[in-house]
This record gives sequence, structure tokens and C-alpha cells, in this order.
Amino acid sequence: MSTDGSLSGKRFIVPIGPQHPALKEPGHFSFTVDGEVVTDASVRLGYAHRGIEKATESRNWTQSLYLLERICGICSHVHALAYCLGVEKLAGVEVPPRAQAIRVLVAELERIHSHFLWLGVAAHEAGFDTLFMYTWRDRETVMDILETLTGNRVNYSANVLGGVKFDVMPEIGDTIRRGLEFLEGRTHHYLEVVTTDQVFLQRTRGVGVMSLEQAETLGVVGPTARASGVIRDIRVEAPYAAYADYPVQPVLAEAGDLEARFIVRIKELFESYRIIRQILDTLPVGELQTRMPRRVKAGETVSRVEAPRGELFYFIKSNGTDNPERVKVRTPTLCNMASVLVTAVGHQLADMPMILAGIDPCFSCNDRTVVVADAGGAAYNWEQIRHYGIAFYQGK
Amino acid sequence: MELGKVWNDVFDRVKTWARVNSPWVLHFNSGSCNGCDIEILATLTPRYDVERFGVKLEGSPRHADVLICTGPVTLQARDRLLRVYEQMPEPKFVIAVGSCAISGGAFQGCYNVVGHVDEVIPVDIYVPGCPPRPEAIIDGVAKLLGKLQTPAAARPVEETVI
Ligand code: SF4
Repeated sequence: MSTDGSLSGKRFIVPIGPQHPALKEPGHFSFTVDGEVVTDASVRLGYAHRGIEKATESRNWTQSLYLLERICGICSHVHALAYCLGVEKLAGVEVPPRAQAIRVLVAELERIHSHFLWLGVAAHEAGFDTLFMYTWRDRETVMDILETLTGNRVNYSANVLGGVKFDVMPEIGDTIRRGLEFLEGRTHHYLEVVTTDQVFLQRTRGVGVMSLEQAETLGVVGPTARASGVIRDIRVEAPYAAYADYPVQPVLAEAGDLEARFIVRIKELFESYRIIRQILDTLPVGELQTRMPRRVKAGETVSRVEAPRGELFYFIKSNGTDNPERVKVRTPTLCNMASVLVTAVGHQLADMPMILAGIDPCFSCNDRTVVVADAGGAAYNWEQIRHYGIAFYQGK
Repeated sequence: MELGKVWNDVFDRVKTWARVNSPWVLHFNSGSCNGCDIEILATLTPRYDVERFGVKLEGSPRHADVLICTGPVTLQARDRLLRVYEQMPEPKFVIAVGSCAISGGAFQGCYNVVGHVDEVIPVDIYVPGCPPRPEAIIDGVAKLLGKLQTPAAARPVEETVI
């Protein structure tokens, strides 16, 4: 807690959330203000914590796939992908190249949908509802593509352990190309809007600046890091699935403010369009799935993928049975959350929703378990922590 | 005396008319995966556009007629959900969107999930799906509007706790 230097000598704390019009998901923020200026910020998370990691232990490998996909509805495919890649690595299964390419295809389509979604929500936070409505109208194009391809608008379930569920037919390829052409035109327009609209620039330019050093110390990931000039993109650093065959050009910006984050995300869309077209042109022929053993060899592995919001990390441990022994997930929002608290200081209270939207937060991904130690420093085990949690909330 | 009854009758009709023509909805996420939430948001945007039914997303529970709930109810969110529900003025209606809100869905048995929405607050309309399509959500809202036409559909005013 910072000491205040306010004139009146009084500190005001503005609580926001867990239910608040500026937040679409439950999270709780306390901003200490001096007049209109924020002097300190703190966050409380966990409203959407459901205990998914623990639940995977009582489900078999296949059931866990569908559960983990439901960690987040916006980036469901990358969760399933990270899990599948890890489990396949453990089981020593080789996935056919066609399946890997289709996985990348869906991942990039998902990035498009997610970035459009974010652009709309961020514009809405800035009070620019026209842009919100337009981007969401255009986003329906990619939702249609995803629905034609996978059969569902959200939670596509494209992955199965050992491959993918569906094939990309040439006719669908044409539908996708037509959709992308339309979206590309619109994306050029949006890039122009966010870089030239004077009113909008006043909300974004020079707001929430995070320098390169800060970005590196805070350990931010994804577009938030790239907007500050940090090259951090798993697709480039450690290509997974078929990214080695379809190399990605990371998009960087220097400024580190909100405007830079808009620019980075919008420019990434062009990169996604390019990769999707390339995949459609050069889709390898072959099988879609390989057989997966019901039991996975004992061992542990780490699997990392680039979600629309940044690095998604999975740790998977198997003990040779049909259920995972431990699955640990670390999502990009958790890495980025600290940057909100740091960049918030010194800004107007009215900028807070924008700064928060700048990292593209996703609370349902974020609310993960952490190790809780009591005052003596001893760690709790699962059963104790469960009882502690129940007692804590019932005592309130 | 007679006049008072007529007056109340007319007043009730005006209130029902206003409510049916422009229900204000409040969205509360009690632990959902976001899938349902983005579909609810999609219903507000140009392709689906629920505003043509006069539906408006409202930020404050004090101004809302309808509560749209998504997700299973987590231990942390339970009290907040109750509080938000209790803050809404009577008569109030609840729509549970998504398999999670209806039954716990994929999250049944998770240690931090206390259950589905109607174990915590009464629900009027259930919209199934994981997530339901925006059309399905609109259908749920339209069905609720149909229900609102009859003033008797409103639950009797309960003793409010807060
Ligand atoms: S019903 Fe499906 S989409 Fe909706 S919150 Fe639950 S898991 Fe997510």
C-alpha cells in the first residue's frame, strides 16, 4: 500500500466489481484515488475459480480434454491444443501432418475471432460504441466460418487426442477465402480508425505506457509484451503443431501504450489471414488421426502454445493410468494482470477500464489455484485447502 | 374505493406494458467459461440485435428487470449472485443461459462449484446449450416477454432480506 500525498490527507478507495458494468466478468479491483488520479491499485481474483485442474484427476484422458476446453470459451481451441500436444508427447504418438495443419488453421481462425472480439470490447470501454457494433458485425463472418468448419460457434472441439475431428474440404476452403477477403478489407479500415480518429487517440495515445524494461520485469506475454517491443511469441520461439512449416512473422511495436496494443493486435490479424491462406493452399494430404492408447505412459511434460492473449502453459503428469495425475495450467492473463496494477498508477480513474481492457483480460482462464501457505509456512494439501476455503466463505 | 381499484388496475397494465416493451437485463457471470457470455454479447450486436425488442443491457441491479445468469455457481460467486438478485426490484425474472447454469454442465463435481443457478435463486427460463446459439438466447428472452404479458406470472413479492 502506498502512502498518500493527497491534499486533504484522506485516502479514498474505489471498489470496482465483482459485478460492474465495466467488467464483463467477475473480478474485484480496489483503486486508491487522490481526486481523480489513481495512486494505488489492487486486485482480487478467483470468482470464476471452479477447480478444473483438480477435476481432471477424476476424469480420464479423453474426458479431461472436453473439460479443459471449457476453461475459456474465447480461446477454447488453444486450451485443447496445448493439452493434446502434451498428452501426445507423453504417449509418444505421432500426429499426422494434415491434422497438425488443421489445428493451426483453427487456432488462427480463433485468433481472428478473439482479436475482433477484443477490439469491440476495448472500443466499448472507450465509449466508442459504433466501433464495437461494427467489429462485432464483422466478427460474425469468422464465427460463420468456424461454425461451417467445426459445427459450433464457440467450444469447437476440433481436437481429439491423436489428431483432429474433421477434414477441410475444398469447398470450405473457398468459403474461408471469401470470408477472409472481406475481413481483410475491414481490418485495413479499423487500422486506419484506431490510428487517425482524434477522439479515440486521446483515450489511447500515451495512456498506460509500459516500457520495454517494465515489460520484461513484469513478465508480460503476448500482444501486451509485443506492443512494448518484447519479442515473445511461442509460435516463433518454439514452433508447435505445424507452425514450423508455416512460419509466423511477429508483429512488434515500440510505444508500449494502448495505441500500440491496438496496432499490434490489428496487424496480427493480417498475419493470421496470410497463414490461413497459406495453409489452405498447401494443406498436406494424409490421415486425420492416429490411434491413441487409453493409458498414457508415466512421465511428465510441459507444453506451451501461443493463445490470442499470450503464452499458455500446461504441465501434465501421468502415472500410467487412464487419468492424469496432475494438470497445471498457467494462462496469459495471470502474467499480464500485474502490469495493470503498475500502469494504472498515475492515471485518471476513468482510464481504468481502458487500461484493463488493454491486456485483453480473461478472468475465467485466470482464476487458477495457487499454493496457499499458512503463517507457519507449511503448505496445505488439497483436502485441507478445500475445507479451509469452505470454512472461509461460510464464516463470512 | 372503486376508483382506487380502477386506478390500480390501469396502473398495473401500464407497468406491464412498459416492462414487456422494454425489459432491462443485467448479466451476471457466476463462474462461466465466457462462452455463454460472448454469445449474450453477440445478441446485442447488429446481426442479432435484441434491442429491437427493447431489451437493454443494464449495469446496475437496481434498474434491471431481468437477470441473465451464466455458468455454474462457484463458492465465491454464490453470495454475490444472491446479493445482486436481492438488490433487484420486484417483480424480477431470471434467465439461466447455458448447460452450466442449468445443471452445472461440464463442471459438475468440481470442488469449488456449489451447483447450478436454480439451487441459489429461482429461475424462470432455461436456455440450454454449450453455449446456446444467440438465436436460442433471443428465443428465451422472447418467451419470457410472452410470460410477462400476464401480470399473474410475476412471482408474489417476497420478503426481501437486504
Ligand atoms: S454452458 Fe458451456 S459455454 Fe456456457 S459457461 Fe458452461 S461451459 Fe461455458
